[in-house]
Amino acid sequence: MLSRVKCIRPLTSAKRFYSKSELLTTPKYPGAVNAKFTKDLVFHNAVPNEPVFPIFHIMDLQGKIINQSSYKSVRETLDDDTLVKMYKTMIQLETMDTILYNAQRQGRVSFYMTNYGEEAVQIGSAAALTETDEIFAQYREAGVLMYRGFTLEEFMNQCFSTSKDYGKGRQMPVHYGSKSLRVQTISSPLATQIPQASGAGYAIRLSDRKDVAICYFGEGAASEGDFHSALNFAAVLKSQVIFLCRNNGYAISTPTSDQYKGDGIVARGLGYGIHSIRVDGNDPFAVYMAVREARKMSTEKHVPVLIEAMTYRGGHHSTSDDASRYRTTNELTYWREQMNPIFRLKKFLTNEKLWNEENENQVRDDTRKKVLSLLTSVEKAEKTHLDELVTDVYDQVPETLKEQKKFVDAMAKKYPEAYSEGH
Amino acid sequence: MNTLKTIKNTHMLRRALNNGIVNQARCFSASRVNKIDVTVRDALNKALDEELEKDPKVFLIGEEVGDYQGAYKITKGMIQKYGKARVIDTPITEMGFSGLAVGAALLGLRPVCEFMTFNFAMQGIDHIVNSSAKARYMSGGQLQSPIVFRGPNGAAAGVSAQHSQCFGAWYSSVPGLKVLSPFNSTDARGLLKAAIRDNNPVVFLENEVMYGQSFNVPDEEWNNADFVLPIGKAKVEREGKDVTIVTFSRPVGIALEAAKKLEAEGISVEVINLRTLRPIDIGTIVNSVKKTNRLITMEEGWPQSGVGAEITAQVMESEAFDYLDAPVTRIHGADVPVAYASNLEALSMPQLDVVVDTVKKVVYRKK
Repeated sequence: MLSRVKCIRPLTSAKRFYSKSELLTTPKYPGAVNAKFTKDLVFHNAVPNEPVFPIFHIMDLQGKIINQSSYKSVRETLDDDTLVKMYKTMIQLETMDTILYNAQRQGRVSFYMTNYGEEAVQIGSAAALTETDEIFAQYREAGVLMYRGFTLEEFMNQCFSTSKDYGKGRQMPVHYGSKSLRVQTISSPLATQIPQASGAGYAIRLSDRKDVAICYFGEGAASEGDFHSALNFAAVLKSQVIFLCRNNGYAISTPTSDQYKGDGIVARGLGYGIHSIRVDGNDPFAVYMAVREARKMSTEKHVPVLIEAMTYRGGHHSTSDDASRYRTTNELTYWREQMNPIFRLKKFLTNEKLWNEENENQVRDDTRKKVLSLLTSVEKAEKTHLDELVTDVYDQVPETLKEQKKFVDAMAKKYPEAYSEGH
Repeated sequence: MNTLKTIKNTHMLRRALNNGIVNQARCFSASRVNKIDVTVRDALNKALDEELEKDPKVFLIGEEVGDYQGAYKITKGMIQKYGKARVIDTPITEMGFSGLAVGAALLGLRPVCEFMTFNFAMQGIDHIVNSSAKARYMSGGQLQSPIVFRGPNGAAAGVSAQHSQCFGAWYSSVPGLKVLSPFNSTDARGLLKAAIRDNNPVVFLENEVMYGQSFNVPDEEWNNADFVLPIGKAKVEREGKDVTIVTFSRPVGIALEAAKKLEAEGISVEVINLRTLRPIDIGTIVNSVKKTNRLITMEEGWPQSGVGAEITAQVMESEAFDYLDAPVTRIHGADVPVAYASNLEALSMPQLDVVVDTVKKVVYRKK
């Protein structure tokens, strides 16, 4: 027997979200609420009207200021002393790099990576940060550490795994870290630091801090999946983070033409709804201003910012690479001589009478002497103590590890030549 | 002695004997046995070359494999010979190109996917395990994944924790994968060719330090384009009667060195080179234990849930249990991430001294 079926109210009288006239131009799909209808079937592969992002600059290739208004703004917060400090740091970095690179060639250290050509990106950005900003880096940012106060001793103790290494001999050379300077220890797998920075930026916002997390990475690392999740999340979670991409043209031997087909890394920011800018990475003023303004935007509006700093990798990828196999001498000479960021800033400072050859020679000489003398002492210095083999795996050393350590101590005692410090 | 003239020098002959490749007695009566010295690198390179030549569906993919000739030069000469369509340089994304390899394999191609080190493969391990290893089973046999995932595995020298982990235990626990790990040049070429010809996903764990090491390879093996080694079959590299050491990859060399040293002290060590981690050739191990009654497993990886742990369990479960005169002993890496500092690193890895001492303990010999 059929029971009586109650009439269900028809859907046509369901409440309307938007008016009929609104829906003529914008269907208000949840995925793109503000998107308007179009009758043109056009496939875009770049930003309409600006298919290639322009490069923001303040100083030209000859070291002359051609962007007066921005330069004025920069000099409001960047005084002469700071400017000279920036330049000094750049040449100290170059000097240290040269000596340690050669030390690797001589077999005195097993591995090294130089920063040639990227001094302005590193130091220009570091100068715009505050002491309480958190730094996440890839491996070619020693200048950021140096500017912040990491000493030559600290650099070299890490590279040579002496007992003074904060990392207790656990990490390869150039994998620096400093809790006091808020520089997260370098990690080898690429791009893992990017989502970590998004998380840090999120924590910073939740703690109501007026700081940012800044995350450095190369254009090659930006191909990793982590980059994409990181940027998307930073935008969604409103992380106070600055993503700073060092686009230096090469990832080991892979040129950018094999790394991506879009307009570099800056264009990707738009896809995630992130404010993005492309700057001349070899112009320290431009880098400084971009980071300063990005910081302001991020801390005030609680948003992430993406900066793509265009530059050139003046050296090999590392001591395990020989760039002459895929780059011509002409190309390398051009960038290291005519386009070198150190020369540009030097010209500017010399014209402003803030620097001269005597200063140059003195700083380079002093640094060289200091690094060479440190080289001799770190080579002979006490290495990380063998007890550190089992510490820090966990917060407390577990019993199994204590037993294994006893076994290993016995081996070391029995065969001292095989396990001696400094072996 | 004629045999000595055909082989370049006694040093090579001795090594060849120790490696079990040449049986001197047989050589006296045989016609010349020509051999050449080949590095593991060259052996891998030749294997890739031969398989690319044989099957147009095979292609190479990875970072720096093309114009740079390979981060470790394993793919040297390949892009010149086979072109950009078959040797593909990728952007930096293990997740990306391992997924890409899976996609290509689903549609019938046979990728050989190189990871600069298996440590970086972790950024794409979801594809290796979830997309590749499980594909055939989860699709009821409709999908296939004939991919070789290859690259250096385990410790090198002074490259710290994120470049030194051994992934043998992890990958060999996954049903759907086959896992191989060569020691010498014969292994490298024979196993890589077998891996590429296999229709299942194969994880091929090489070792950076072994790339530059040379081994004797007989001419007829080197010149045979169809030379393959069987997957799932271990090799007794050295026969002995007092104790068996089972291991794979670089530690095989250390075990052989230890065996030589111990021979002078009257201890006869049998060394088994696993060659395949999955499926493990437990039969060869069992037969060996029935002969020697004592077993030591050796690996660079960590102790917990390691390859040695698996062998120990399987031996207990087999008839070999009744033949053991001593518990199975495991030699393994220290239960810590590998440090960079050379003194700490030396303590973290199984060294020759550790092997010699352990053997003596197992045969109840006083130090």
